[in-house]
Amino acid sequence: MDDLIAEFLTETNEALADLDLALVKLERTPDDQATLSLIFRLVHTIKGTCGFLGLPRLEHVAHAAENVLGRVRDRELIATPAVITAVLTSLDRIKLILSGLAANGSEPTGDDAACIAALELAASGEPAESTAPVEATAAEPQQAEQPAGEVATASQTIRVGVDVLEELMTLVGELVLTRNQLLQISRAEGTNLFTAPLQRLSHITTDLQEGVMKTRMQPIGNAWNKLPRLVRDLANETGKKIELDMHGQETELDRQVLELMRDPLTHMVRNSADHGLETPAVRRAAGKNEAGTIRLNAYHEGGHIIIEVADDGRGLDLAAIRAKVLSKGLATEAELAAMSEAQVRHFIFRAGFSTAAAVTAISGRGVGMDVVRSNIERIGGTVELTSTAGVGSCFTIKIPLTLAIVSALIVKACGERFAIPQISVLELVRVGGVGGTAATIEQIGGAPVLRLRNQLLPLISLGELLRLNENGAKAENTTVVVTAVGSGMLGIVVDDVYDTEEIVVKPVAPILRHVTMFSGNTILGDGAVIMILDPNGVARSAGVSSARDQKASSSRNLQVARSDDGIALLLFRVGGQSAPRAVPLNLVARLEDFPRDKIEFSAGGAVTQYRDKLMPLIAMDDGAIEQASEGATQPVLVFTDGERSMGLMVSEIVDVVHDRLNIELGAARPGLLGTAVIAGQATDVLDTSYWLMQAWRDWFGTAQGPQARRRLLVVEDSDFFRQLLVPALAAAGYEVTAAASAAEALRLRDGGLELDAIVSDIDMPDMDGLEFARRVRGDGGAWALLPMIALTGRGAPADEARGREAGFSDYCQKFERDALLASLRQCLTEQVLM
Amino acid sequence: MTNDIAVAAVARPGAAQNDESAFVILTLADQLCGVPVLAVRDVLADQAIARIPLAPREVAGNLNLRGRIVTAIDLRERLRLPPRADGAPFMSIVTEQGTELYALLVDQVSEVLTLRRAAMEANPPTLPRIWAEHSHGIYRLEQRLMVVLDVERLLQIDIAAAA
Repeated sequence: MDDLIAEFLTETNEALADLDLALVKLERTPDDQATLSLIFRLVHTIKGTCGFLGLPRLEHVAHAAENVLGRVRDRELIATPAVITAVLTSLDRIKLILSGLAANGSEPTGDDAACIAALELAASGEPAESTAPVEATAAEPQQAEQPAGEVATASQTIRVGVDVLEELMTLVGELVLTRNQLLQISRAEGTNLFTAPLQRLSHITTDLQEGVMKTRMQPIGNAWNKLPRLVRDLANETGKKIELDMHGQETELDRQVLELMRDPLTHMVRNSADHGLETPAVRRAAGKNEAGTIRLNAYHEGGHIIIEVADDGRGLDLAAIRAKVLSKGLATEAELAAMSEAQVRHFIFRAGFSTAAAVTAISGRGVGMDVVRSNIERIGGTVELTSTAGVGSCFTIKIPLTLAIVSALIVKACGERFAIPQISVLELVRVGGVGGTAATIEQIGGAPVLRLRNQLLPLISLGELLRLNENGAKAENTTVVVTAVGSGMLGIVVDDVYDTEEIVVKPVAPILRHVTMFSGNTILGDGAVIMILDPNGVARSAGVSSARDQKASSSRNLQVARSDDGIALLLFRVGGQSAPRAVPLNLVARLEDFPRDKIEFSAGGAVTQYRDKLMPLIAMDDGAIEQASEGATQPVLVFTDGERSMGLMVSEIVDVVHDRLNIELGAARPGLLGTAVIAGQATDVLDTSYWLMQAWRDWFGTAQGPQARRRLLVVEDSDFFRQLLVPALAAAGYEVTAAASAAEALRLRDGGLELDAIVSDIDMPDMDGLEFARRVRGDGGAWALLPMIALTGRGAPADEARGREAGFSDYCQKFERDALLASLRQCLTEQVLM
Repeated sequence: MTNDIAVAAVARPGAAQNDESAFVILTLADQLCGVPVLAVRDVLADQAIARIPLAPREVAGNLNLRGRIVTAIDLRERLRLPPRADGAPFMSIVTEQGTELYALLVDQVSEVLTLRRAAMEANPPTLPRIWAEHSHGIYRLEQRLMVVLDVERLLQIDIAAAA
């Protein structure tokens, strides 16, 4: 089923349950205005969304019910039991249609004329003795279908306490341990009667574990939902213009991890806003857009979650960091000179390290990135930092999906076993074996190191570090576990490596918390209790700091930088030129080779039949057509948007490369953005929008071209409707800000939000649309002269008059997308003319 | 395998009146001690204890109690008594603090006694400090003296001093 429909069903079923209660309450106290408003709003929302989703039966019934309620609200009708009965009957009809919708994904066929007639009768205020037979006819099919429908719609979601889920997770953890124990015994015993059932038990346990984990998953958007407000406030406090760009909100992770990530993320965003981004004046001077952008991005990658927090600000000031490092005595000048930029940057994760010149209310008090790092490391994650002066910084956080059960490598040192989380293990290197094929551990002044490919890897003997060899246990040092710590690598020397095992992480007892080398403990399959090593803690205890792992770090940083390392670009040639041109690959819908004889020339230019439609073809270069006509086919880049397509004729498609798009020279001619160095060659970059405009004058919904994006504010209390409206308007080329209430909208105004037009719902709790319009018009604020379009489900002339009186420029039916777009276009054009 | 002693069964039925308390009686280097029976979850014998590197010396290690990890505290170390001879048998008394389980390692657990609360006497002033700090008081039993241990204080290990 369509996601939208599923969401609509859930929301509407909740609303219907509320409605039943509220209507019964209204029957007892017909004068209760609050209840009446609630009922009206709920029915109104149902109707509005039905209209938007194209569900005519539901819409008609809801519309008729809304008319009745509207008259009751306007005190033109009294909420007699007969009126209430008529409305309740219509709700039953709505439920009936919904259950059909839930079962088939589309509205069932049926005739609602009787139900609607009864409502109209009720609305007219006639004594409604005819409701009784209507009820009877409406009830008949209901009886038959109700039970199935109830089940289908009622069982979609269920609320469960978090403690119940936690308890389940603990139990599953115990089950996994017991399973491991059984498997271990079974392996020792060889094949017997228990082997097959044990296998089955094992599979079921794994499935159960995954299932329970799923119940604990929450979208990371939940940890981000406070950030837009935070950023807005920060922008006000600092006088900067900041845009928050969030991607991958739906990425799910364990709620425990989510809770622990909330504070570090907030801090990093705060940090970016305060330190990273410059003031509008500075940005203007640097030739950047006045408004800085903070970009949050989350995605899954190989059992981990990657979260990026990036800004396009000034980047880290390496000179300031070096100066601070020197003044704090963290490193000598010589050491600093030898460090890579990545290592210098890493100093900001040290305790008490802040390069902010002034201590502001927001950050710069020396509690900062070190806390962020330790919080992230506490949940077994890592944080990396890349930064380019003047271009921005990017923090990349890698955290495990869940804390409760992790995959770990079991190793042995001096007879004791330890677990190392798989997330930090990069590779295993065998050393000191016979035959000379294995690598050997070398000593520099007593410090063991390993030559690993082109690097010197600092080593730590686990036995020595944990003082296990004091009572005579002999270390055999056969294997180096290469682990990722901070921005570098560390080799942990162990005696033996066993298997990897799914372990259930249990926190260490409070009296052991000071031993930072352990991140927890666990019970193995054989029932033994072992400690889980924290490689970061090991590195710290061993005094391996960034000064020692410098050589190791450079190669890792290359890997880390990959995420912002540019985009896929399509290279092609036009005309007889040898220099290729480039276009970002993700803008191109398809690459086609059309047979030459399929290209026709009509009055406007070249067209071809493409997927049963005529598609305009544009030549990038006047010579292109002739040049290309040498071959039998014509290569074309196809761009599409919704129903429309256009083709750009080129002479040759050269390659797809992955590179940074850094336009260094401005464009000398229309159709090109400028010149960039791509794959080592000066390349002209295509201005896609120019060519789209060539094909379709109104490609961007308005004839204004992409640079004049109009800014809209949508004020709408229904989450659902807002979610429908905002993307629809954004797709039509508007820059949309959404507010969930009139009060929030007014706060945005007072916060200095600049707009071109406002679209507002009329029926909202607390402050309705009419009051909002009066406030906008009357307060003489920044928005007083903006076009305001009212959205309503009710198109009665009296309502429209009331709306215009309050200050609305136009009145639109809520669910008529095209009418709204037309109205917006008209209002905005008028405004330009004024 | 584990020689659990069901504490409840040992206690005399209906023994603990309002003015009486029940104690699990144990020995530590020949000294008779008692722990309030209500603080005891389990009594175990012959448990495999996994040692924890770098832990304070009082912490003997971890043990696995039916899938839960229990931190074992050696009361001989805790009360600065001479260490047990290698291979000498020991028993553990499992107690819960907050959500954590701890096992107190002792030489021997013998019985459960119900004693009148009023009969408990204050620590004599000459009691060594380490004992006085971890004791609620003293009972004069027929043959010997019994020290009532303060479990909560015993579990408060000073990390700085221990390390």
